[in-house]
Amino acid sequence: MATQAAAIAHPRPAAMRWRGDLLFLLESLILKDFRIRYRAMSLGVLWSLLNPLIMMGVLTFVFTRVFPNNSRQFPVFVLCGLVPYNFFTIAWISGTTSIIDNASLVKRIPIPREIVPIAAVLSNVVHLSIQILLLFACVWIFGGSTNVHWLWLPLLWFLEIFFVCGLAMITASVNVYLRDTRYIVESANTVLFWLVPIFYGFEAIPARLKEFYQFNPVAALVLCMRDIMLHDSSPHSGTVLKLAGVACVTFVVGLIVFRRGKGAFYEHI
Amino acid sequence: MPILAFDRVSKYFLRHGGQMLLRDRIRHLFDRRERERFWALRDVSFAIEPGESLAVIGQNGAGKSTLLNIATQLCFPSEGVAQISGRVAGLLELGAGFHPYLTGRENVRINAALLGLSRRQVNQRFDQIVDFAGVGDFIDEPLRTYSTGMSMRLAFAVAVNVDPDILIIDEVLGVGDEAFFAKCFERIMQFRRSGKTLLCVSHDLDSLSILCDQALWLDHGRVARLGPLRQVVQAYRDFSSASTPAGTP
Repeated sequence: MATQAAAIAHPRPAAMRWRGDLLFLLESLILKDFRIRYRAMSLGVLWSLLNPLIMMGVLTFVFTRVFPNNSRQFPVFVLCGLVPYNFFTIAWISGTTSIIDNASLVKRIPIPREIVPIAAVLSNVVHLSIQILLLFACVWIFGGSTNVHWLWLPLLWFLEIFFVCGLAMITASVNVYLRDTRYIVESANTVLFWLVPIFYGFEAIPARLKEFYQFNPVAALVLCMRDIMLHDSSPHSGTVLKLAGVACVTFVVGLIVFRRGKGAFYEHI
Repeated sequence: MPILAFDRVSKYFLRHGGQMLLRDRIRHLFDRRERERFWALRDVSFAIEPGESLAVIGQNGAGKSTLLNIATQLCFPSEGVAQISGRVAGLLELGAGFHPYLTGRENVRINAALLGLSRRQVNQRFDQIVDFAGVGDFIDEPLRTYSTGMSMRLAFAVAVNVDPDILIIDEVLGVGDEAFFAKCFERIMQFRRSGKTLLCVSHDLDSLSILCDQALWLDHGRVARLGPLRQVVQAYRDFSSASTPAGTP
């Protein structure tokens, strides 16, 4: 049996043998990330509120004073775009660099390596939930109210996080072999700021591009959130389906790419 | 059935000299010459039965660390098969995942989770770990306030309390002071007596002679000698003193 297998030039075990408590490990890694990030900051969690507040203020100023706009709820409109965008960019870039950032772990302990980018993405969820609370507060301040459609939010956000996990697995493994990947991701994020309807509405997009737009999960989430929070309606089922479809495909592709790449991580970091 | 078996294991690394950028990849597309290989291990075969313990000796760069990394499944053989059954805990590089900003308590929990303990096991063994490390009240202080010896003791305490089937020790017996060394040594011997397997790398041949019964001498990635520890160590000593020029210590 052993001699037969020896004939194969590059045997790679399908799974590494690590026996342990995956959920506990995931929780420990997320907590570690979170603690390190906030212990080094004097204002701690407040920083995660400051960035979207400043951006909201600036964009509201520009689009109500510089360019006239008669929407009273413009700050909520902007935040519905900023919160998903902020989460996406930060989670994606930290997921992308996670394998390199945690080289000391990856090179020394045979944990299932998928957990590293996933933990990096999930540790941003704490940050995200604070920003979502800020969004809720703004809805309330600018005269909106909760409605039954808010029940969609957990599902929508789950799909978004699922999508980012998949994407992060792809770029994290590519980044090991091609260190430029993180700069490509950063540039993509800059481009995305303009391609996601953050400060403009879906109506402004040309009709033949609308269908295409919704295949971007970040844009799809923004549209769904605006339907729920500004228009008091349920999100379009087509948009939700596209979000779910792209998220699932990305996650599966992410797993496949990561599996292929992880065998030789050790040699490349 | 052996708990750890290498069957004609070879491992090479490509000499790419850290060429990880896009321009290097593009250059390699046009330049398809085979890159030079560095063979870290060549045709290494051995088997350890449960309860045996093996010392790996050899000069710097002989392939000892690569052998341990394959045994812990951090990397995989280029050729041949490495079979491992049971939980392996490596003291390869103590305190992997330790972070200076986190407290001793937080670091212990993370490190234990990384080594495979469940939440319940960590809770059960926590006091035992702190007690073994002997860091006392410092457990709630950030790790950056620890002395080097203290954080090594903490790392060692976690690793030996994971209760693995194979314990891998890579040149870590130098941690801590003499009292702690004695304590570690006693813990490892206790581990041996309970029928577990040990795989050690060290240049401290005297310690190895007490801990292990078999030895593997690696020379430039190849097995120079494999067998009962006393004979292999003797052969290695003769070889070393013969190859050391007269007059150097």
